[in-house]
Amino acid sequence: MKKSPSSFHPPTTGPPPPSRPLSHPSLSLSLSSSSPPIAAASLRRPGSGGSMALRRLLQGSVLPRMTGRAAAAPFSTASGETVRATLFPGDGIGPEIAESVKQVFNVAGVPIEWEEHYVGTEVDPRTESFLTWESLESVRRNKVGLKGPMATPIGKGHRSLNLTLRKELGLYANVRPCNSLPGYKTRYDDVNLVTIRENTEGEYSGLEHQVVRGVVESLKIITRQASLRVAEYAFHYAKTNGRERVSAIHKANIMRKTDGLFLKCCREVAEKYPEIQYEEVIIDNCCMTLVKNPGLFDVLVMPNLYGDIISDLCAGLIGGLGLTPSCNIGEGGICLAEAVHGSAPDIAGKNLANPTALLLSAVMMLRHLQFNNQADRIHNAILETISEGKFRTSDLGGNASTSDFTKAVCDHI
Amino acid sequence: MCLNSKFSFLLFQVFNVAGVPIEWEEHYVGTEVDPRTESFLTWESLESVRRNKVGLKGPMATPIGKGHRSLNLTLRKELGLYANVRPCNSLPGYKTRYDDVNLVTIRENTEGEYSGLEHQVVRGVVESLKIITRQASLRVAEYAFHYAKTNGRERVSAIHKANIMRKTDGLFLKCCREVAEKYPEIAYEEVIIDNCCMALVKNPSLFDVLVMPNLYGDIISDLCAGLIGGLGLTPSCNIGEGGICLAEAVHGSAPDIAGKNLANPTALLLSAVMMLHHLQFNNQADRIHNAILQTISEGKFRTADLGGNASTSDFTKAVCDHI
Repeated sequence: MKKSPSSFHPPTTGPPPPSRPLSHPSLSLSLSSSSPPIAAASLRRPGSGGSMALRRLLQGSVLPRMTGRAAAAPFSTASGETVRATLFPGDGIGPEIAESVKQVFNVAGVPIEWEEHYVGTEVDPRTESFLTWESLESVRRNKVGLKGPMATPIGKGHRSLNLTLRKELGLYANVRPCNSLPGYKTRYDDVNLVTIRENTEGEYSGLEHQVVRGVVESLKIITRQASLRVAEYAFHYAKTNGRERVSAIHKANIMRKTDGLFLKCCREVAEKYPEIQYEEVIIDNCCMTLVKNPGLFDVLVMPNLYGDIISDLCAGLIGGLGLTPSCNIGEGGICLAEAVHGSAPDIAGKNLANPTALLLSAVMMLRHLQFNNQADRIHNAILETISEGKFRTSDLGGNASTSDFTKAVCDHI
Repeated sequence: MCLNSKFSFLLFQVFNVAGVPIEWEEHYVGTEVDPRTESFLTWESLESVRRNKVGLKGPMATPIGKGHRSLNLTLRKELGLYANVRPCNSLPGYKTRYDDVNLVTIRENTEGEYSGLEHQVVRGVVESLKIITRQASLRVAEYAFHYAKTNGRERVSAIHKANIMRKTDGLFLKCCREVAEKYPEIAYEEVIIDNCCMALVKNPSLFDVLVMPNLYGDIISDLCAGLIGGLGLTPSCNIGEGGICLAEAVHGSAPDIAGKNLANPTALLLSAVMMLHHLQFNNQADRIHNAILQTISEGKFRTADLGGNASTSDFTKAVCDHI
């Protein structure tokens, strides 16, 4: 049973009890304070948005510890002790590429025991989605997971799968390292950057309404709490991964208060990391520079919409979503790595899919767990396989099958 | 009418050589705030554009300070400039990573995310309003399809994020679809902004005309400028109510090289060509355009920003020689 310094989710097999209303007059937070978590109030009844907001605010105060080395503390790197991780193989090509990951992990001797969960065929009323409560509890318990591509079924009465995961697990930062793959030539060979995108608020708050006929408004929300949280993660990531510079991307010359607040928070965090350079780049200049000279960038931290745009732009620079790893960081030190490409139903089951994105995401997961040895070996094996060019899946212009590619990677380990 | 261009004499040169029947009214940014416009641009300057319906603008540096509106904002509001049009074409002879860029970005320029309506909800929580109206969306969509038709373009792509912002971008798309039905000969498609950016960096030739709300337009038009070599080579034109066309060079005023005969006049010259097309002086527009392309393509006269060492006047003379 893994013990974490502060436990927000006591193991439970059923839906949470109703949250206790809090009578805090002041909700202003300082991330350096360490108010103890309130277990009862941290559980939420599905649908009660207000108490969930309060829960987030409270959790935020203890968060930095969980994203630092403390987050890794529950995971033992002592040999012989396995770590449990949740696996969502997903739909379409998901199961095949998940199989690749398991194979590669076996060969590399990674001490991970997978708990597989699948998207259900019925809506689970406890989560209002096709993902069951048990699946989500599994991630909350294990604190780490890997997710393949999921196709959200069309229809009403349920939330989208990605939205469910994000809200239920409090996934607040999406991290995508984009590195030019040696041997797979694109127009750019010197891309070596990481995009960190705030994933909970901003332009994607979903708050729209019609003012009068023909006039519609959409609210973009920026909060100090969410901005500080993602900025903290960005600088922490930069420090732990030996990156030198963090660039905040914004449009604060026009959106003075919203992006201005985001920048203010980034600056505050930057002061705590004097060894890491900090700069601010306007989004349109950033895009222009990315297409002209992406080698200028290191770590980018951005609010939601800009992050969406820039992270996909950067994926395009290195060759597309089929090669891009991604990892979502959640409250309490949760790390859910995922392949961001689609489920490609047209090639599902044909042993044609490219498992690179999922494999690289799995490597990110290993690094989070501090299994750096195995992570490096697998990563190098993948890079060598692609670099040699003998086994390439069809999306990269070759004709190797998924299993051929996977075997080649295993051979290189 | 030509605003604040230190290149005005260059333009006169080129236009003279090409025999363009244009008489310029030059206006400069004032040194005092004109209370009638709340800006350094005088009322007479603005009236001049309104009267002539066409103009060309060089880079303007907004003076820092309060009590006046930014110059670009003043122009936009006073002249009702609602669409920003930027054709991005790979320049033969000036090699970037892309050689097949041939697209036009049309950006809605009055509303959207840049409405400037922000407020603090409580301490630590700020909101910004993004406004989309049927009227502004229809207006820019009409212009986009009209532009596509008059310029022989085949396809218009509306860029959006309506899967997330259903009502706002949804309304924009609805308006685009309505206009698309009136132009059955022009193909119409809708592309989500993140897919659009990815496709632009992987294969920009897939795009033809793009029409977008304000923020996406800002991002995409600068991205496309980057694909062809930067703002120093990108023409731009603002369309206003009542058929006003104000062409402008979108690069900065580069004070460090001002007056040294080093600047690259390409952006302003290409913008002037756009202005000529708008006035339907197509013959002269084509001749000047080809002259510019040939000069850059030959590579003998290149200004410093393109890696050469020609002066502004050398480059201009080369263009005139090619006409």
